[in-house]
Amino acid sequence: MSPHRTRTDGHAPALRHRGELLYGMLRIRRFEERCVELYSASVIRGFVHLYIGEEAVAVGVNQALTEDDAVVATYREHGHALARGIPAEAVMAEMYGKASGCSRGRGGSMHMFDASRRFYGGSAIVGGGLPLAAGLALADRMRGQPRVTCCFFGDGAFAEGEFHETANLAALWRLPLLLVCENNLYAMGTALKREHAQTDLALRAASYGMASWPVDGMDVLAVEHAARQAAESIRAGAGPHFLELRTYRYRAHSMYDPDRYRTKEEIAEWKARDPIDALARQLRDDGEVDDEALAALERRAANEVAGAVRAAERAPEEPADELLRFVTSPVTPTRAAR
Amino acid sequence: MTTTATTAKKPRASSATATTTYREAMRQAMSEAMRADERVFLMGEDVGRYGGAFGVSLGMLEEFGPERIRDTPLSESAFTGAGIGAALAGMRPIVEIMTVNFSLLALDQILNNAATLLHMSGGQLPVPLVIRMTTGAGRQLAAQHSHSLEGWYAHIPGIRVLAPATIEDARHMLAPALADPDPVIIFEHGSLYNLSGPSAEDAGPADLTSAAVRREGRDISLITYGGCLPKALDAAEQLAEAGISAEVLDLRTLRPLHQDAITATVARTHRAVVVDEAWRTGSLAAEISARIMENAFYELDAPVERVCSAEVPIPYAHHMEQAALPQVEDIVAAVHRAVD
Repeated sequence: MSPHRTRTDGHAPALRHRGELLYGMLRIRRFEERCVELYSASVIRGFVHLYIGEEAVAVGVNQALTEDDAVVATYREHGHALARGIPAEAVMAEMYGKASGCSRGRGGSMHMFDASRRFYGGSAIVGGGLPLAAGLALADRMRGQPRVTCCFFGDGAFAEGEFHETANLAALWRLPLLLVCENNLYAMGTALKREHAQTDLALRAASYGMASWPVDGMDVLAVEHAARQAAESIRAGAGPHFLELRTYRYRAHSMYDPDRYRTKEEIAEWKARDPIDALARQLRDDGEVDDEALAALERRAANEVAGAVRAAERAPEEPADELLRFVTSPVTPTRAAR
Repeated sequence: MTTTATTAKKPRASSATATTTYREAMRQAMSEAMRADERVFLMGEDVGRYGGAFGVSLGMLEEFGPERIRDTPLSESAFTGAGIGAALAGMRPIVEIMTVNFSLLALDQILNNAATLLHMSGGQLPVPLVIRMTTGAGRQLAAQHSHSLEGWYAHIPGIRVLAPATIEDARHMLAPALADPDPVIIFEHGSLYNLSGPSAEDAGPADLTSAAVRREGRDISLITYGGCLPKALDAAEQLAEAGISAEVLDLRTLRPLHQDAITATVARTHRAVVVDEAWRTGSLAAEISARIMENAFYELDAPVERVCSAEVPIPYAHHMEQAALPQVEDIVAAVHRAVD
């Protein structure tokens, strides 16, 4: 799926593929940086988990998915939602709790949904999206549809029973499921080595009898390559695949987290491998972009984010008397029956 | 929509009436649904080759094959969640969780996904899933296999909770449950599977919105559901011999409760005993009692009585277990307290 295009795109020179990847990551980062400001200003509330540093994962994996495929994400899913093509206006409006939000203000930062794009959330119980993703894949398998369900989750979810139940079930039934483990080295504040006896997650996933390998999650091209390989193999009927994306979040777990459990040096080391900087450097070295082109990308991202904020501010709130809407479907056949 | 409880009709003796059991009725309902709609499939532990832990799906593997009668690993969370995902993708899964006791391992999926997705997504994601599970005590299976947690599930907005207590409901509640765009949980009390009697094949889909008066009466209302219905009917029979006319209301649907039927029966008899196999504290019996107070307070001639299980993990020894569970004599005693 190509990155979302704004109205300003029409005037920008066509970007080549790597440039689109660069923009895909950049817009997520600028979007979330704006979220931090809005949170500090008390405009956005609740839990907000930032993806900053991990953008290469969502953007790279999405290159391997088609519109017919399905995505299940986590509570750290602004990046996945934007990469999947949910308009920035709808994602921002959701955080504002507005009626035009992609979940009509009922979900907030952790629960973005878009049925039309087969984006199934937005799940905030760690590991809770995995069984659901297996079910989406099961439906495709039973109907013989060559689609992939892609489930994002973290190294924390790897410690949950749901991961192990789902991995076994998916491998047993050869489900068309792409398991994307975003290993950012921390389950909230607990380091990988303090929560896993064996920290080689790809190795453990392989024990379920599925193709499984680690990928540099800070290199969007490596992520794209791995995801394409896995998705192709899944579409060919090879059953579930597991990718361990080794990545890092620069910001704290959530806006409430004082971040006492890691060192500034460690964060700086990972920032030196920043996926956006790395790709920009590469494109510049290859003569594909110059300073002016990079500045244009920045302007485009700033415009898109500013447009999303403006739209969210103007959007109406859902009337409170609609509170009980959508608890159950409006007209159920059972009520119509006799 | 019906606002008064339906009065149970004696199934007519006709060519379409056959003698069957609760277990067979449920199997017929599933088989019929699977023949009618290829999106329907059954998934759960030992539903296939074993024939179901309680024999409900015996023979279905032979008719429908392993794709649609799908044995699962002992992974309640994964296969319940897989049912939710498959429902989201347009299938009509029936997930069998062997017993309510094991459903605790899937509670996160049921509460945080099945019951929540429609609302949390702003109406985008209905979950047309049916979950069946056995419930209840009475077979000396001890504390971990004897729970009655229907009330826990009836607490949750976003799901419909059914408790078929008759062969007819076992036979005819499933089709409308499958037609419901939202999740439905069907509780089958383990003591009911061998219930035997006539079944009207042509009764059509059951109404899932109404409670049913199973026995009419004037002096007191016994309000109950599921495995306690036969006990309430036995108590009503004994009370009749003592000159007390008890009405028996079978709730059938535990969420949403049929408020009008509860109010109406109390308005007729002015006294009520709620019979519920769950623990008393925070129970459905408590909810019904509160609703009677809210909606029919001035109809009451006596305080509402509750007959529930003792607040103890259900013990193994037969006499101990029976002492813990609601008994016919407990119901009769409660009626006498209310009437005398």
